[in-house]
Amino acid sequence: MTQIVDRRLNGKNKSAVNRQKFIRRFRNQIKKAVADAVTERSVTDLDKGEKVSIPARDTSEPFFHHGQGGYRESIHPGNKEFRQGDKIARPEDGAGQGQGSQASNTGEGLDEFVFELTREEFLQFFFEDLELPNLVKTKLATIHETKKVRAGHTSEGIPTNINILRSLRGALGRRIALRAPHINSIAEAETELEDLLKRHSETDAVVIALREEINRLKRKVDQIPFIDTFDLRYDNRIDRPKPTTQAVMFCVMDVSGSMGPEEKDMAKRFFMLLYLFLTRTYEKIQVVFISHHTEASEVDEETFFYSRETGGTVVSSALNLMGKIIQERFPTSEWNIYAAQASDGDNWDNDSKDCTQILSEQIMPYMQYYAYIEITEDRHQNLWHEYLTLKSKWSNFAMQRIAGVADIYPVFRKLFEKQSA
Amino acid sequence: MSMSRKPLSETSEWTFELIEKYHTQIARIANNFGLDTYPVQLEIITAEQMMDAYASVGMPIGYSHWSFGKEFAKNEKRYKRGQMGLAYEIVINSNPCIAYLMEENSMTMQALVIAHAAYGHNSFFKKNYLFTTWTSADSIIDYLLFAKNYIADCEERYGEEQVEAILDSCHALKNFGVDRYKRPSKLSLQEEQARQRDREAYLQSQVNELWRTIPTKEVLRDEIEEEARFPEEPQENILYFIEKNAPFLEPWQREIIRIVRKISQYFYPQRQTQVMNEGWATFWHYTILNQLYDEGLVTDGFMIEFLQSHTNVIYQPPFDSKYYSGINPYALGFAMMSDIRRICENPTPEDKHWFPEIAGSDWNKTLHFAMQNFKDESFISQYLSPKVIRDLKLFSILDDSREREIAVTSIHDEDGYQYIRQALSEQYNLGSNEPNIQVYHVDRKGDRSLTLRHTQYHRMPLAKNADEVLKHVARLWGFDVRLETLEEDGSVFTAFECNL
Repeated sequence: MTQIVDRRLNGKNKSAVNRQKFIRRFRNQIKKAVADAVTERSVTDLDKGEKVSIPARDTSEPFFHHGQGGYRESIHPGNKEFRQGDKIARPEDGAGQGQGSQASNTGEGLDEFVFELTREEFLQFFFEDLELPNLVKTKLATIHETKKVRAGHTSEGIPTNINILRSLRGALGRRIALRAPHINSIAEAETELEDLLKRHSETDAVVIALREEINRLKRKVDQIPFIDTFDLRYDNRIDRPKPTTQAVMFCVMDVSGSMGPEEKDMAKRFFMLLYLFLTRTYEKIQVVFISHHTEASEVDEETFFYSRETGGTVVSSALNLMGKIIQERFPTSEWNIYAAQASDGDNWDNDSKDCTQILSEQIMPYMQYYAYIEITEDRHQNLWHEYLTLKSKWSNFAMQRIAGVADIYPVFRKLFEKQSA
Repeated sequence: MSMSRKPLSETSEWTFELIEKYHTQIARIANNFGLDTYPVQLEIITAEQMMDAYASVGMPIGYSHWSFGKEFAKNEKRYKRGQMGLAYEIVINSNPCIAYLMEENSMTMQALVIAHAAYGHNSFFKKNYLFTTWTSADSIIDYLLFAKNYIADCEERYGEEQVEAILDSCHALKNFGVDRYKRPSKLSLQEEQARQRDREAYLQSQVNELWRTIPTKEVLRDEIEEEARFPEEPQENILYFIEKNAPFLEPWQREIIRIVRKISQYFYPQRQTQVMNEGWATFWHYTILNQLYDEGLVTDGFMIEFLQSHTNVIYQPPFDSKYYSGINPYALGFAMMSDIRRICENPTPEDKHWFPEIAGSDWNKTLHFAMQNFKDESFISQYLSPKVIRDLKLFSILDDSREREIAVTSIHDEDGYQYIRQALSEQYNLGSNEPNIQVYHVDRKGDRSLTLRHTQYHRMPLAKNADEVLKHVARLWGFDVRLETLEEDGSVFTAFECNL
């Protein structure tokens, strides 16, 4: 007796539990690996899985076994020139002694154990420090929804989707087309009959035969179905990603001497999160990086995060540049504009007032959202006080002082509130 | 006449009907060759499920533990890189015998797996003496289910971390949780469940009895000296000893130890018959599929695909290849099984000299006899022929840490055959491959410490991570653990110590 069982449909993720256990056990190593990965990744490239490596010795499962040394004999295949009694220098790594495979078993090798986190797992680790509420995490982690849109008609479908108008129109066309030859023949036959009747009586064989023929043709016409399965047309609906609009995201960062690598890393996480959020809402996103010290310039991402500048800080230079770029390249009729500014808050004394003015006049009217983060552990700097006045005037302006990554989220809260409203 | 038959299928696509058809033919041929098997259950699974199966060493149902997750991740990586085919080997000794067919395989591969696993391995499990005496195919699935549920239950009651800790420690000792000479009692789900509660109570009372005599400090020294040794004889099954005698384990912890050692015991024959088992299964898939071809039931295309896969499986990289990782059990096993048939059918004078009993005998009977009555060690010592040694160009290397160089002790020539045969047989002797470590002494009257004794073999020391293992022993035992080494000259020294 044989049984063939199709198991494909049950328990796809039998190992999921074990995988979760594994991840939990090596949580700290993985977390570190994720943090490293984040610093290496581009802002626009957060949203995928990651290879994570853990030193093999940490994942090892020790067991009693023999170590190097002692007296051992082993058999190997593929002898070429050895003769009995030959002496050979001992290979350093024990290779050629059949120990090759054992070396990895012992866990004494320094191999890295590499495995891949899925996208969800990776984001989970990324979100962890940020202390995002679960709702938001889910929102960020889910691939954006699709919506059904009409896309013409098909000849196959389910009854509820039958398009009556199209189907009947098709049926009508078919009926006309199929009848046409018969109608013509009937017309011809009837003219002929009229001719015949002029010369013959009703009971003549020719007349009877012709009447038969006419009846046959008429029956044929009647047999053409009113509607055939062939005529049926169904509304076709396809999935299309919901968000179809585009957005531009400005990243503005102070790169003056006072911003160290740590501050920059925090700013980067902030930008990443904003980007990730935008990818959930918009189909197409452009990112513009503006770095500034006393002067502002539009740079690529690499320069943005890793170049080191010195000197003072004039924030208005960046804002001016941003206003200019908006004017030139991103008409608000086509673009949703977001901006995130990261700074340690230190600004040239007289400049902060200018900033407020530029923002109010040239920037805020076009903004979906403007977020400012002040990365400092000291007391608020002068830019903060200036910006407070903006905050009261513009509901789409958010500001937050962050000392650690966990402080990033509150800046987003408003953004999400807006979304869910 | 048979040549004119129509092939079962022409394309490489499989369907359920085709699998049924091929299976019927394979079963018929296997039966004609006298293969005695458990009923077969074929399961169609996805690649991912196959990796699940790998991760749990083929157990169709397994308790959960992070190490299986690690194994899964490792396999997944290798599979995705294309370093590993998933096809053949996942089958365990159970009744009915479950063979896994992966959905993305071609019909050829499905037929190969059916012949290899469902008839090759299956018949081996049913008839080899190690499996018939040491394992019970009827109840393993039930037992695994019991184990899975029991452990899940413990996780819920005592927390996942606690359960994980116990399992970690048990896994570290799982090779020392087997009886090598005693037949274990049969597994049965009903009995397990019925007895499990009784056992908890009973076990605890036994342990209490053992430790009841723990004296107060004032006991006289020499009275202690006279106290009988405990255990009276060294115990090879360390996990069993701990399960029965560790003072502070909770009953559920003892049960988990028992589960790990029962499963380890179950797989013990597998570890002793790798070469034979794979050799036997490979020999039969080769023979059965060739028979299908001879009867005109499969196409040339089928055979080419099959042979390509078969050739990869039995490839033995030479020692100096970068792919070399020891002797390929498929290669050695297949070579030896095929060679036995050759010796029976077409013996040379050399064969008649080396194998007078089997040269010229009925090959199928001889092969079945060999399959049933040996394990790798004895099989090689009995059947490794000069021809196989020559074909594989085997040579032996002696690595003595006292010498500056390693020495070639024999090669594939007249002087070397006997030597190589013995040395290779020894290589598959688990007894000398694994260090001999036994429970030697428990200081019942003193600090309750446990002493393990490692009896050295060929002066081989323990690997350095033995202290890691010792930590696990100490966790289970609950008191200090010492590991002493008895050297070949009779001297004893304490090699590792783990103080709590």
